[in-house]
Amino acid sequence: MPLDPSYVGHGYPRSEIFQVGREKIREFADAIGDPQPMYRDVDAAKAAGHPDVIAPPTFVMVLFNQYALEAVVTDPGLGLDYDRMVHGDMSFQYTRPVQAGDQLAVSTFIDEIMSRAGNDFLILRADIDTADGERVVTARAQLVVRGA
Amino acid sequence: MITAGDSLPPLSLRVRRADLVRYAGASLDFNPIHWNDRVAGEVGLPGVIAHGMYTMAIAGRLVTDWLGDPGRLVEYSARFIRPVIVPDDDEGALVELTGTVRDVREDGTARVDITAKFAGKTVLGKAIAIVRV
Repeated sequence: MPLDPSYVGHGYPRSEIFQVGREKIREFADAIGDPQPMYRDVDAAKAAGHPDVIAPPTFVMVLFNQYALEAVVTDPGLGLDYDRMVHGDMSFQYTRPVQAGDQLAVSTFIDEIMSRAGNDFLILRADIDTADGERVVTARAQLVVRGA
Repeated sequence: MITAGDSLPPLSLRVRRADLVRYAGASLDFNPIHWNDRVAGEVGLPGVIAHGMYTMAIAGRLVTDWLGDPGRLVEYSARFIRPVIVPDDDEGALVELTGTVRDVREDGTARVDITAKFAGKTVLGKAIAIVRV
């Protein structure tokens, strides 16, 4: 079933608050095998001017997967077939790094839907803001749903 | 002093099945094509493949190791053009990462072009980092 093109511009309700903790950052840094001290050691992060440990750039995927992707794959009206979906591209624009102590909320939007050569393409955007409304990062993914 | 044409120190990393299981748990991406040969085969893949975002994470490390402070990364993007196939053995898959400063801009940022190769072929397309220099 093709994606419903009327979903272009659709926004999903803002997520709950995600409390970024030092241990989750450390777990993610360990999982990508990155020994960077600023992901683990508060003093190392402070020496570079950060208020607390910072997260690796792609840590944002924890929020993207949990809220943005979850919103579209569980939306029956959109008609996205998860089993046929692959990740086409990913981009991040950072105002600043995610850091321990952040309270973040994710606002999810469908920016584009198009069909080409029997495949559907969807651009999914996640605006990730602090609880106070400060933009921390914008993440965009192209999702490709391969034709049957 | 960073100038156009500078090469970043290269990085070669092995990706093993256990790394993918650990990444799945930490990132909350539990798609079975990244840990289950049966499911990978059913969707037409030659075997379990690494998460595109795992490859993008280690390619990001090429840049952040060079920067010193990962907080100087302002934009990061990549296309996933070929899979990294991760065999069920102790060797895993070798991913080779290189990067070059493409240009340094008036606004105090620079563009870094990243190349990620597996088995001699590029796996990330248009892998670009914009950094504060």
